[in-house]
Amino acid sequence: MTARIGVVTFPGTLDDQDALRAARLAGAEPVSLWHRDKDLKQVDAVVLAGGFSYGDYLRAGAISRFSPVMETIIEQAKAGMPVLGICNGFQILTEAHLLPGAMLRNNHLHFICRDQKLRVENTGTAWTSDYTEGQEIEVPLKNMDGRYVADERVLDELEAEGRVAFRYLDVNPNGSLRDIAGITNAAGNVVGLMPHPEHAVEPLVGTGKTDGLGFFTSILKKLVNA
Amino acid sequence: MARVVVDVMLKPEILDPQGQAVQRALPRLGFAGIADVRQGKRFELEVEGPVDDAALARIHEMAETFLANTVIEDFVVKVES
Repeated sequence: MTARIGVVTFPGTLDDQDALRAARLAGAEPVSLWHRDKDLKQVDAVVLAGGFSYGDYLRAGAISRFSPVMETIIEQAKAGMPVLGICNGFQILTEAHLLPGAMLRNNHLHFICRDQKLRVENTGTAWTSDYTEGQEIEVPLKNMDGRYVADERVLDELEAEGRVAFRYLDVNPNGSLRDIAGITNAAGNVVGLMPHPEHAVEPLVGTGKTDGLGFFTSILKKLVNA
Repeated sequence: MARVVVDVMLKPEILDPQGQAVQRALPRLGFAGIADVRQGKRFELEVEGPVDDAALARIHEMAETFLANTVIEDFVVKVES
């Protein structure tokens, strides 16, 4: 038996199909979830994919965070269900206060689209166990509002608890504080990052590497062994 | 109908590159003497019924949970006469 991984589609979501495909390539059963539907269709984990849900109106993720599907996801995430937020999904998770801090406009004000090197700094989360501590991976990054900010106390707390899960390498592409590319909650079930692992799961497309597949194989192993 | 205005601004310690870009453009356009620009949002709410303490409390709650992200932004609620 395999695990069911749900991917939410909001109006304006772009990367849901890639996330579903990545889940399938990892061996999971992909399940489409709809933003207006509170029912999570018995999925074991949820991916909030990239895009511009609700046109990024008000703030990126601010309106999606109050959609019916998020009510159930917030409740289930607090009860331990694994949730991965990629790009716009990361923004939604911070707006929902499932992860601390906030995302702001890139410091250089340009949309950015590049292959980005990251260091995996926490392999204890539900989504990173298939990586090795300190492993360098390369996945696409594409965003307008990718600058991670939080106050000094929160940043120190994240560092002390090892909750900076991914850090930008070589270049800080958006002005994120302390080069933070992604973080985890204290329990390790909720992870958010700005770069796109779901675009790096097949050699033919993306970076030409499959460095992003580990997110999906990690969660699958965790769920199947559970 | 009464109007209530909610002004939302980035907290002072948060970098505002949009405001900086506006500030840098000013001298080129012939507007001298502006040392700093911060860009924010203004919401104009047309309120049905009286703007009493209860209504203002609801608007405050709305601003805190939705109109502003208090991790990065401050807000001010004002009643316009």
